Formats: sequence, structure tokens, C-alpha cells
Amino acid sequence: MTALTHLTMAEALDGLAKKEFTAVELTEAHVRAVEAVRPFNIFITETPDAALSMAKASDERRAQGAAGPMDGLPIAVKDLFCTKGVATTAGSHILDGFKPEYESTVTSQLWRDGAVMLGKVNLDEFAMGSATITAHQGETVSPWSPGAPGAWEKKIVAGGSSGGSAAVIAARAALGATGTDTGGSIRQPAGYTGTVGIKPTYGRCSRWGIVAYASSLDQAGPMTRTVEDAAIMLRSMCGFDPKDSTSVDMPVPDFRAALTGDIRGLRVGIPKEYRVEGLSAEIAALWEQGIAWLKEAGAEPVEVSLPHTKYALAAYYIIAPAEASSNLARYDGVRYGLRVEGGNLKEMYENTRGAGFGKEVQRRILIGTYVLSAGYYDAYYNKARQVRTRIKWDFDEAFKSCDVILTPTAPSTPFAIGEKMDDPVQMYLNDVFTVPINLAGLPAMSVPAGLGADGLPLGLQLIGRPFDEETLLRVGQVVEKAANFSAVPPFVA
Amino acid sequence: MSLDKATVAKIAHLARIKVPDEELEALAGELSQILTFVEQLNEVDTKDVPPMTSVAAQKLRRRKDEVTDGGYAAQVLSNGPETAEGFFVVPKVVE
Repeated sequence: MTALTHLTMAEALDGLAKKEFTAVELTEAHVRAVEAVRPFNIFITETPDAALSMAKASDERRAQGAAGPMDGLPIAVKDLFCTKGVATTAGSHILDGFKPEYESTVTSQLWRDGAVMLGKVNLDEFAMGSATITAHQGETVSPWSPGAPGAWEKKIVAGGSSGGSAAVIAARAALGATGTDTGGSIRQPAGYTGTVGIKPTYGRCSRWGIVAYASSLDQAGPMTRTVEDAAIMLRSMCGFDPKDSTSVDMPVPDFRAALTGDIRGLRVGIPKEYRVEGLSAEIAALWEQGIAWLKEAGAEPVEVSLPHTKYALAAYYIIAPAEASSNLARYDGVRYGLRVEGGNLKEMYENTRGAGFGKEVQRRILIGTYVLSAGYYDAYYNKARQVRTRIKWDFDEAFKSCDVILTPTAPSTPFAIGEKMDDPVQMYLNDVFTVPINLAGLPAMSVPAGLGADGLPLGLQLIGRPFDEETLLRVGQVVEKAANFSAVPPFVA
Repeated sequence: MSLDKATVAKIAHLARIKVPDEELEALAGELSQILTFVEQLNEVDTKDVPPMTSVAAQKLRRRKDEVTDGGYAAQVLSNGPETAEGFFVVPKVVE
């Protein structure tokens, strides 16, 4: 039998149903795996005791015939989701000691459906980053890094900001993990680690109880090893929540039922503006391969145009910091987390925020404060929001002639920790293919599609119409099957 | 667009973030780089284009103006760095 930690969610559900193993056995195997991946600094907080008691309760439910759709599946939670009574840090010093008194809507739905929590995993501080290297708790190393754990020849990034989530699945220490995606933070790490990640349509998953970065862009989504598993997990995460004013009141489809494999006649848009300068030859080739796979399956590739693609990053780096500067105003040393005393209230605020926020977070807050300040609001913030409208219009127009769009997930294979880090703008270019989708509020996913010459994973991105995650998943599974991605990182638990 | 040290110090103060003087210069350079990068937006024709306020085609929902939650001050205060008598405690504000 396959090791319990190497099962997919679908296989694990099957094994649990057939009583081949119990949820406690499945969880114990994963708790050991969580210990084995410690050199990679994936977990900020491990919760083995909670995991085992949740697993025990799961076995009892199953014995009574009351098992939920994810019953007994051990998963990890990005440390951006508030979890009742369990430290929630957002990767920041400023949330030192914070233990939420409430549970985020998305995680509460996962527990409602029977999932088991292994712990909270690392991210870029406040989800601001593309490499999972800026957390106060240190950087996460990808299990794809060559060499023995702790004595790597080269430390490869897991991507970010949901890098801990991606790494934990790739290392076979969880069957799935929650992620959040503001500019690519689910899809890019999924692409970098050979895993599957979906950013659903804006409004599908409740944002309630998730530490906010840029509220008009933030969406939670599942990260898993297969498209089918993503469909299983997505269903539990989605759903209307009156506590989130932008949550959309729509029925949640059975996403797994959409995986028919039949994409005959489907029109697949290929945006010509994504052939950017600096796109590596192997990624261009993989993209061509992806088009060929879909054609073989009966789909029809069509060229589409998204003329404002090149402006998406610039718009994003105004809108996201603007919203962040407002959202992060709440960390002031009064109600939770770190407090650094000062001579008066204002000094206390300044000292707390100066000591509590890392460099990248400070940079973004300052940019946001600047673009929202009197005299610059129209020139920067309003201009960016107008460009955002044009980006959305581009997609509306493109979807008149296609049903789904295929692009690469990232412009290169993952880089090593320490590379690309001097210049913030260079670092931002990692997100060039993913950011436009957040600005347009669309669903998109990354599917592992191959390995680069350096032996590191490459992903393809699919973009769907609003609320059409079903087509996205259906096409995603066709890509997954054609790519037959079976590479495993040098280290697995 | 290039920011000088004094402007960065002013923004930092507006954002209530203490930035040591010796870091202002480097920070001014980084922020200027970002602002230069975003200047390309001026190439886009946005005449008569509405600034996006909501990406989902929906209006904000309304609900009845009534109390639906509350009554647990102890939980609200439980993460406070300093609390007393059911309040958060802060340094003296009024002289």
C-alpha cells in the first residue's frame, strides 16, 4: 500500500470509507511527517494534540455514518487564517502572542466538513511577498532544494506568499493546505512546488477571519497535489457568509462532478500579451505543449488580446499598498500583539509599528500612505483604479471569444533564496502573469506541467470566467492528465 | 518621481512608523524606484473610464440596523497588551 502521507485526498477518503485505515492512523502518519520537515521551517505552529483529537472525533463520526465530505483528512492552515485559541501570527512580530477568540469562516467550514488541523504554516509577512522569506519566523526552504535537509547545495524558494502551504504538500506532510491569493500567492507557490492551487472568483470564499492585506483583491483557496483534491477542498471552503460584505450569495456546485474530462469544442484563449520579454524559452515551450495537449483533447485554441496586461503590476503596486496601509492601521499596540512603550500615545504607536513590521511591510504601508495622501490621490490611486477597470474590460472582451484562458503561471522556475532580492521591482515581476487576474476578480488555477532544465517545477495557469470554477477544474484536470506530472521533490517526509 | 528624505520622514510619521534617521536615505531610494515603476500608468488612456470600486458586479447588501452580536468584553480584551477594569489601557493622551 502507498504510504499514508503519499495518498491523494480522494484516495484517503476512499481508504477511510473502506476501513483500510483510520483517521487517527492517517493523522499519526502526518504528525510524524510534520516533525520530519522541521529543517525546512514550514510550520510556525504545530498542533499535533488538536490533530489527534480531531482525528479521533472523525473516526467516531464515521463509525456513526455521519462522516463529512473531508472527514479525517489532515491539512495545514496558512498562518493568516484566525484559528480559535491557536496562535495566529501572519508571519509578523507585531502579532506576537495573539490567540484569536474566533475561527475564520473558511477554516470553520473545513472543520465542519471533518478536516483535521496539523498546524499553521509559514508565509511572507502579512502575505506580502513571492518567496516566503520575509516572515519574522524565518524563511521557508522548498523541499525541491537539492541536497540533504539543512545542508542544501542551494536553498530554493517555495514561492509566496503561501509558500508554507505549497511546501508542506510537496513534502508530503499534509494532504492539502489553505492559501490566500492577493496577486498570485496561491498560484505562484503552487507552480514553484509542482502542486495545484486555485484562486476562486472574488466573493466565493469568505474573507471573514482572514488577516486582511488588500481587501478588494484577497481570496482564499485550496492547495493540493491533484486537481480532484482541489475540487474536494474548494467545495468545503466556498459559500455565502453574511459576515463578509463582499461574499457572494450563490449556491456552491459539486466541483468534483465537473471533472468529466470532456473539453471537446471548448475555446481556449491564448493571450498574445503574455509572451513577455524575458519569458524563458523552456516556459514558452511548455506553454506551446499545453496548447497542444488541450487541442488533442478536442479544445480549440484561439488567440485573444489583453492589451493592458503590461500595466497590471503597476496598478497592483498602487492599489494593494493603498489598501494595506489602511488595513494595517489596526496594529497599534493597543488591542492585540506587540506593544513597544513610548513617552506618549503617538510614540507608542510609532515604536510598536517600527519594531513590529518587517521591511517589506513597512515599504508597502509607506507607499500606500503616500499614494493616498492629499495631492496624490488622483494621480496615483484613482489612476490605478481606472487602469484596473480597463484590465477587467480586457478580460470581458476576451471571454467573448473563449471559454478559458491558458498562460504560464510564472516567468521562470523558482529562484534560490538570496537571488533577486535587492530590487523590489525585480521581485515584483514574479507575479506578472498572476496579478491581472486578481485585479479582474477572476478564478484561476495553477497545474503542475513539467520540470525545467534545472529540475525544478513549472506550472501552467488557467483563467476562467467569473464563478466558472467548474470549467477551470475540468480543463485543469485535462492538463494534469496530459502532463502526467509525477516528479517528487528530493525530500519527502 | 523621486522622494527625498524629508518626504519619507513625513510619510513615515503619517503612517505612525518609526524609521531611524540612518535608514531614511535607503528607504527613499527604494520608494522612488517603485514610484518610477508605476509612472507607466500615465501611458494608459483613462478618459471617461470609471475607477473600479467593486470587482464583483453586486451592490453592498443592506441589513437591519440591529444588534446581532456582543456581550463578551472579556474575550474582546483577552489579547490586549494592557487592560484594566474592562478597558484597554493606553499612555496618557490628555495633558
